[in-house]
This record gives sequence, C-alpha cells and structure tokens, in this order.
Amino acid sequence: MRFVIHAVAFLVVIGLGFWAYHENYKTQAALAKTESLDLRISNAHTRLSVLRAEWAYLNRPDRLRNLVEMNYDRLELMPLNYRQFHDLDGARPLPYPAGRDIGVEQAVEVSRAETTP
Amino acid sequence: MIRTPLRPLAHIIKARADGENPDAIERENLRRRHEETRDRLRVRAEGRLIVMVMVFFCAFSLVGARMGLLAASDTLVPRGTGEAQRISATRADITDRHGRILATNMETYSLYAHPRDMIEPIRAAKALMGIFPDLDEASIIEKFTGRSPFVWVKRRISPEQKQAVHDIGEPGLVFGPREMRLYPNGPIAAHILGGTSYGREDVRAAEIVGVAGIERAHNDVLRDPAMAGRSLTLSLDLSVQAATERVLAGGMSLMNAKGAAAIVMQCDTGEVLSMASLPDFDPNKRPRVAADVTQEDSPLFNRAVQGVYELGSVFKSLTIAQALDMGIVSPKTQVDIRGPLRWGRHTINDFLYHGTELSVEMVLVESSNIGTARLAQRIGISDHQRFLRDLGLFEPLSIELAEASQGRPRLPKNWSELSTMTISYGHGLSVTPLHLATSYATLCNGGTKVAPTLIKREISETGPRLLSLPAAMQTTAMMRQVVVHEKGTASMANVGGYAVAGKTGSADKYDAQKGGYHEDRVIATFASVFPADRPEYVLVVMLDEPAVHNGDEIKRTAGWTAVPVAAEIINRIAPMLVAPTPNGPRALARVSLTSR
Repeated sequence: MRFVIHAVAFLVVIGLGFWAYHENYKTQAALAKTESLDLRISNAHTRLSVLRAEWAYLNRPDRLRNLVEMNYDRLELMPLNYRQFHDLDGARPLPYPAGRDIGVEQAVEVSRAETTP
Repeated sequence: MIRTPLRPLAHIIKARADGENPDAIERENLRRRHEETRDRLRVRAEGRLIVMVMVFFCAFSLVGARMGLLAASDTLVPRGTGEAQRISATRADITDRHGRILATNMETYSLYAHPRDMIEPIRAAKALMGIFPDLDEASIIEKFTGRSPFVWVKRRISPEQKQAVHDIGEPGLVFGPREMRLYPNGPIAAHILGGTSYGREDVRAAEIVGVAGIERAHNDVLRDPAMAGRSLTLSLDLSVQAATERVLAGGMSLMNAKGAAAIVMQCDTGEVLSMASLPDFDPNKRPRVAADVTQEDSPLFNRAVQGVYELGSVFKSLTIAQALDMGIVSPKTQVDIRGPLRWGRHTINDFLYHGTELSVEMVLVESSNIGTARLAQRIGISDHQRFLRDLGLFEPLSIELAEASQGRPRLPKNWSELSTMTISYGHGLSVTPLHLATSYATLCNGGTKVAPTLIKREISETGPRLLSLPAAMQTTAMMRQVVVHEKGTASMANVGGYAVAGKTGSADKYDAQKGGYHEDRVIATFASVFPADRPEYVLVVMLDEPAVHNGDEIKRTAGWTAVPVAAEIINRIAPMLVAPTPNGPRALARVSLTSR
C-alpha cells in the first residue's frame, strides 16, 4: 500500500515537473509573440500616421482648389453659394423613373400605412 | 544518552526469586525502547512534512501571484521603438473642429558621420554636396578629416535622400531615426499653429518643441504622454480658414494693402473659426526673424493678435450700445451734430457735413464723430472706462497663442474727457483686431461677455452680462441700417442670402517717427455680424494701408476697401456655416422687447 502511494506521488511529481517545463516554454513563446505583435502594432501605428498625414496632404485646400480649377470643364464645381439652398416646402418630388424595372416583386405599400394613425 | 539495559540484573534476580520468567522483562524493555524510537521518528517526519508543505505553498503562491499580475495588468499600446522613447515622447496631433489634421508627426531620418570609421572622407564629402547643395563643402571636408569622433551632417533628410546617401557606400555615414512635425496644409493657419524646432537631441531621437503660436502655448499639453494617440482639437474650421485666407489675399492685392487680417468668431462661445493674418509663411519652413526688418513687416507678425491699431469708427457701435443700455437715448433720439466740436485747444470734426441734427441711428449710419462724441460726454468718463474695461479692451487677451501677451492695448496716459470723446469713435485707444471681434461678439450674442478661444468648446458658458438684450439687439439693428440705408457707409456688404450688419472704420495711421498722423495711410476695418436677423457669427476684416483707384480718385476708406473684401468672405463662408434666410435677406424686424 505504502509503495503504491509513494509510486503515485512520484509519478505526480514527475508529471507536475513535465507540466511546469512545458508551461515555461509556452510562456516564453507567448512573450516572444507579444513582442513581435508589439513591433507590428508599432509599425502599423507608424504606417497609419504616415497615411493620415498623406491623406491630409493630398486633401489640403490649395490642392483641391487647383484640381477643381483644372477639371472645371468636366466637373463644373463652384464654391458653395446661398442660391444652392432651397426650402423643403418648395421641393418637388422627382418623377419615378418610368419604364424601368427595378426588380421588386410582391411589393407592400408601407408609406401610407405609416401616415395613417 | 543513557540506554536502559534490556536485562537489568536486579530485576532478573527478583523475578527468579519470584518464579517469573526473566525473558518477559527483556521483552517489555525492548518494547519500550521501540516505542521511544518510533515517537522520535514521527516528530522528525512531521517536521519535514511541514517544511515541504511550506516550500510547495510558497512556490505555488508565487506562480499564482505572477499569473494574477499578468492577467490584471493593463495592455500597453506600443508606439515607436524602445530606445527612442526616452527623449521624444511623441507629440500629439492638432486637428480642426471636424478632425481634419492641421499638424502631425512623420518619421524621417537624421544623418551624422563618424569620421574615424570613414574610408574616403573627401570623396564622401564631395558626394554629399551632390545630394545636399546647401552644405558648405569646405567645412564638411574639414569636419570629416578633423579629430572629432562625431559630426552632424543633416538634422532631417527625406527617404530619397537617405537612399542617395546609402548609394555613396561610405560606412562612416550613419542614419538615426527622427520625428518631424508636418503641417500638411502649408501656410493655412500658419500664425495660429506657429511652428516647432528641435530641443534636446541625440542620434536616436530629438525632442520637438513649439516655438510659436499654439504649438508653444500648449507645448506641455501636446507633449503630455497621456495625450499619446489623441489629438488637440481646435475651434478652427479648415474650410472656413482656407476660404477666408484666399479671399483676404485676393483682396489685399486688389486693394494694394501691405497687410491684412480677418477673424471669424462664433459669438455665443467665443470660438475662433478662422483667423488669418497676411503676409503669412509656411510653418514647415518657418523663416528666421530677420534683423533688418521691423516686427510689423515680418511675415511672422500676427496682425490679428499682436498688432495694436487705432481702429476708428468701428468703436461707435460700442459707444451707442452703451448709451442705449444706460437709457440715455433711444435709436430715435435727436443728437446735436453742429461742428466743429471744441474741447480745450482741440476740435472734433466730421468727415462730411451731415447737417445740424441726426437721430442716434443716423449718427451710426452716417458715422458722425461729433454725434458719437456728444453721446460719450453724456455717458461720462468713469462709466465709459468701466464698460471698455469690462469688454476686456484694456488688457491683452488670454487666447491660447504664445504671442497674445504682446497684444497689449495702448491707453491714453491721462484719461480726460477729451480721451473719452475721441475713444468713443475709435481714436486714442489702440487694440488688436481680436479685441474688436470679441467686443462685437458681445453685441452679437445679446450682451454677454465672451472669452475668445482657439480650443473647441464642448459646452458654452454664458459670461457676465455687459449690455441689456434690447440694447444689444437695437445696436445690431442699427448696424444693419449701416449696410442697407442709402446713406450707410457699408452698402457693398449687402450680399445675397444673408443679412449682414456691421460698421466701418477708417483710421489714419499714427506716424511713430514724426509724431502725428499720416495723411495717406489708413487702417480700414469692417466689423460685422451675420446673419443679422439671428446673429451667430462675427467677422472682422482689417486692411493695412489699402488704396484703390476709382477713376481718378484714390479711395482709402473702409467702405471702398475692407467692406467689399468682407462681403466676399461672407459670400464664401456663410453657406458653409449657416443656412441662408429664405427669399433673401430682409430688413431686421423692429425690436419690441421692453423687459430688461
């Protein structure tokens, strides 16, 4: 009986030792992975900040204005003007594009259902 | 230890005499001895067990505690690479109110040399000259062949230049990482952003320090490690700023002015949406302060915040607003404007003859100096001073710019009744255009004081009340008449879609060399509020020495110079800020408020 207990304890100790050994290496691997991820995150941050700076540089008002002037023939963009504002009351609904099948089947009319209490 | 004999003779003899078996004594003694040994061993084993338990407990607690710590620790977001962090705590970005970047950081490289590791120093120096033509060849060769173990070549180089230096193939030329401050919009908002330079530096990193503008005023905030990954949000609107600068630059060259400034301010909160000062500069290549140029002529000079000027008739609105607030007059009260008005040796005249009597409203519309001076006399010196002091016109403004403290208003040394009379129409007191915009914000928001700011405000606090609501609204209505009345001085500001209210000011410039005033140099200012029917924004435009030809005549007054520029600015920026009044602007409804 005593021998069995001793043997089991011995095996348990060996097993624990084996487990601890593996955990140690797993921890080290996880640390190494964290470090490489840190590096990747830091590189991504740098890249992101460069991209953001580039985006801001490409969208700088001077450049956009020059592009608008160069492409006036095609885009006909003008500075925002008060005449471009209109009252919602005066707005006409756009006519529904006639003769164009938009592929809706078994449509249910909901707009009227919403307005009636 | 004394061992008890197993067969003590006395006991044996006694047992034999009694006829007992002497062996029983020996067995009994042997049993006792075994029991003693067993007890001793048990105590020792128990002790060992306790020690083992302690050791295991400690070991497992240690492992457990470490696991707990790892699980509970905060995740650190890594930025930059280890070594560099010691000097350059990364500087936060600066953005406009909509999150568009105004200033950010870029990673570049610095170039330095270890002359001892150089193989062909002279060839390397010549090759470097091909890449960086601005270097001095003789001094580079001298440094490369000298005794110094370390030489800076360039503090900041681009990736292309780095590759070109690589191609020289000289092992003594070394690169270090370096952060660089980048202003992607170039000269837009240059005076506000200011600029940066390098502070402490070594080969691995360099510290970026603000040298002017908000970069300097908020240096500590921008460098705060807690700001890493976040940005400082300004109240500026990049689109409004760009449009203002564009129109102002066009106006400045059309009007042949030597400088110009414009400020757009939200009148409830004091947030500055746009502040331009021309001529300007590119903060990416901040020019050095030239020794032979006076401060005012330098492009670094911020006219909106540093420049103190006598701004002229724009002050009349403030005087009239105070007179209305004190209940001395109403807009229809008639004022005696017979001139010249004499005070001691001095006389006050009007630019044009306006008759003998005008209503308060027409005093403002036709810009009568005599009428305003008469109102100021009735306000009195102490009340006039108190009002101007409450508006903040006696102290530098506390805006978040390093230069703000230089914009100290110039007050008369002895404040007599004459001072009050001249200051009532803007002469004798020099303030910055930003002071003026802040005062007009008070007229515009219904009479409460505002503190100008460049930082976006999440919540707006209402400042102390300086004017009653009716007085402020009546003044705005009168300023609308300056624009729409046929005799008004700012008829060119009558733009479509928005009701503009404002007041012009044309003040002769003071000649510091000769004393007295220039006859042909003016500061032309237009201070306006829009939309006048529900005032939200203040626009101040100032032109320094404008002159425009109208036929054979040279026009210098604000109505011909600053007003058309301001009108064009409003045309451009108002649609970005506020919806136009339906069916075009209409005359401001008569104010009929009676309660204070």
